[in-house]
Amino acid sequence: MMKAFQSLGALRALASLLAALCFASTAIAAGGSDVPLSKAPVNLRDAVSLQRGAHLFVNYCMGCHSANYMRYNRLTEIGLTEEQIREYLLLSGDKVGSTMSIAMRPADAKEWMGKAPPDLTVIARSKRPDYLYTLLRSYYVDESRALGWNNLAYPNIGMPHPLWQLQGQPVLKVEERESHGHTVQVRSIAPDLPGVLSAAEYDRAVADLVNFLTYMGEPWRLHSVRIGIIVMFFLAIMLLLVYLLKLEFWRDVH
Amino acid sequence: MNRLLAAGQGLVDWVDARFPLVSTWKYHLSEYYAPKNFNFWYYFGSLAMIVLVLQIVTGIFLTMNYKPDAAYAFGSVEYIMRDVAGGWFIRYAHSTGASMFFVVVYLHMMRALLYGSYRKPRELLWILGCLIYLVLMAEAFFGYLLPWGQMSYWGAQVIVNLFSSVPLIGPDLAVWIRGDYLVSDATLNRFFALHVIALPLVLVGLVFLHLVALHEVGSNNPDGIDIKKNKDPVTGHPVDGIPFFPYYVVKDLIGIVVFFMVFAAILFFGPEMGGYFLEYNNFLPADPLQTPAHIAPVWYFTPFYAMLRAVPAMFGSQFPGVAVMGAAVLILFALPWLDRSPVRSIRYKGPIFKWALGIFVVSFLILGYLGVATTDVWGKMPAFLPIIGGVEVATIVSRVLTLAYFGFFLLMPWYSAIDKCKPEPERVTA
Repeated sequence: MMKAFQSLGALRALASLLAALCFASTAIAAGGSDVPLSKAPVNLRDAVSLQRGAHLFVNYCMGCHSANYMRYNRLTEIGLTEEQIREYLLLSGDKVGSTMSIAMRPADAKEWMGKAPPDLTVIARSKRPDYLYTLLRSYYVDESRALGWNNLAYPNIGMPHPLWQLQGQPVLKVEERESHGHTVQVRSIAPDLPGVLSAAEYDRAVADLVNFLTYMGEPWRLHSVRIGIIVMFFLAIMLLLVYLLKLEFWRDVH
Repeated sequence: MNRLLAAGQGLVDWVDARFPLVSTWKYHLSEYYAPKNFNFWYYFGSLAMIVLVLQIVTGIFLTMNYKPDAAYAFGSVEYIMRDVAGGWFIRYAHSTGASMFFVVVYLHMMRALLYGSYRKPRELLWILGCLIYLVLMAEAFFGYLLPWGQMSYWGAQVIVNLFSSVPLIGPDLAVWIRGDYLVSDATLNRFFALHVIALPLVLVGLVFLHLVALHEVGSNNPDGIDIKKNKDPVTGHPVDGIPFFPYYVVKDLIGIVVFFMVFAAILFFGPEMGGYFLEYNNFLPADPLQTPAHIAPVWYFTPFYAMLRAVPAMFGSQFPGVAVMGAAVLILFALPWLDRSPVRSIRYKGPIFKWALGIFVVSFLILGYLGVATTDVWGKMPAFLPIIGGVEVATIVSRVLTLAYFGFFLLMPWYSAIDKCKPEPERVTA
């Protein structure tokens, strides 16, 4: 228990608790939007991008979200050593073979925030990378919301902007345009207060994070395609052999 | 070498004195005479057997690590995918196998429709096949709950609720099936039992009977003529028949390897098949408190699901839709007695049957598509139309296609009798 308290994970959970107390029960997500999705530049072969994504995930997502089915030491697959994982990613005193769990219990989270933040291990499989990439680039400041944030891709989202320190505080821009004789409102995001990163750097960071989430949803993808090609090659040779076998056996059928 | 052969022969003789080894081998393989003109459509019987074995073997390995418990089921599937050596391969082989089983079985049934393989004397063979299809649907339905994702959960909820629309006993029946007032841990446990023990046993038994019946009456062929009518006076074997072993064993090997190539391509490069084999929403854990906006069954059920949705509620009951859906499957059993054509194969049937079959297949495919889509996929009918104005286009289309589906069967005694058929050949053609 004491050990857990000393850990940063527990501290982050405490911070979440304090934050949650201020806006209890407002974090219930609502959904549905017609915003066109941007294509997420997913590239599982870009190990450096996956590593940056892992770092972002641990620092910006795991305050509230777990990845309960993913083990830290699996990240050796994306080129990290166990020492690097211990040094840069393991913040909560977990072992390197532990799953990427968090200290906050779902029941507590539900009480504090109205809804427990979902586990993100397979979030890229259900929500798809393009949606996640669009979502994290669609936040804007909205004072009418309890947490001051809203999202074009997910109107009235419960989660406040997790990466606002990086992106800054964009605002909503509403333009009126003529289209087929009607006036239509075009809603978009415009930069306002800057963050640590430039717009291009921020897009890169979100791409890295989404790349990592995609990898985490199906880590075996790093090998499965290669194995699949070998299997197909093997089967192609088999096909030739069984075809010749059939020709030979059927020679006397007329 | 000779002594080794003699020892082998001795062993066979020893077994044969105690078990019908050689005679069974001969009866079912080396002296089972199959028509020599099998074409593409005749691969799917042996492929269905291969997939059955694949499902049983991968299923056994999945069961070693799966936990049929509402609190652990979703996580145990991820555990299999991540922490069990080769687990992702076994799980994807099983999930791909489920869909490919239906692909193969649908093509196998299509073959029977094309060449009249359900006609006398193969009525019982056809009925056993229909039973296999029925059990396969139940097997797939029970299995789909096990990953305990949102679609697993709500799909099961929807299907079990269908039973609650049965007059009088409905609500009690649904509770009896679920073992609870909603789909829960109790439901998961019994579905697991049915999926891994009860239905596989029934399935294997029915497949055995299907083969026994097949080998009793002999295989049909693309010409739909009886090869047993024309036997070699010396050997007594059909002149247009060849022994299943080795001829069709080596030929089926080609089909199996091609099938495995398709299978492997799906398994390794896109096991979700764009959300049709593994639905994206099923990667969200089951949440009894959150109904998904759009619940769609897996693709192999969608033609029947579209029919269910197409039938309007009557007297405040959804039962008519359920009855239509059930009838759509059960009507298959009657097929041998609906077809009154003088010939079996489509090669010699007249234009009416060809059109009827074409419309039937297209209807089934479009119904399959509409079962996946939301009902507003094609918008609404123009408001100025009487009665159907404002009704969703997809619903109207589903109703028409449902009628077409049933029309194929119910009108068959009439149109198959008046159709202008061509004469059948004496011998099989190439």
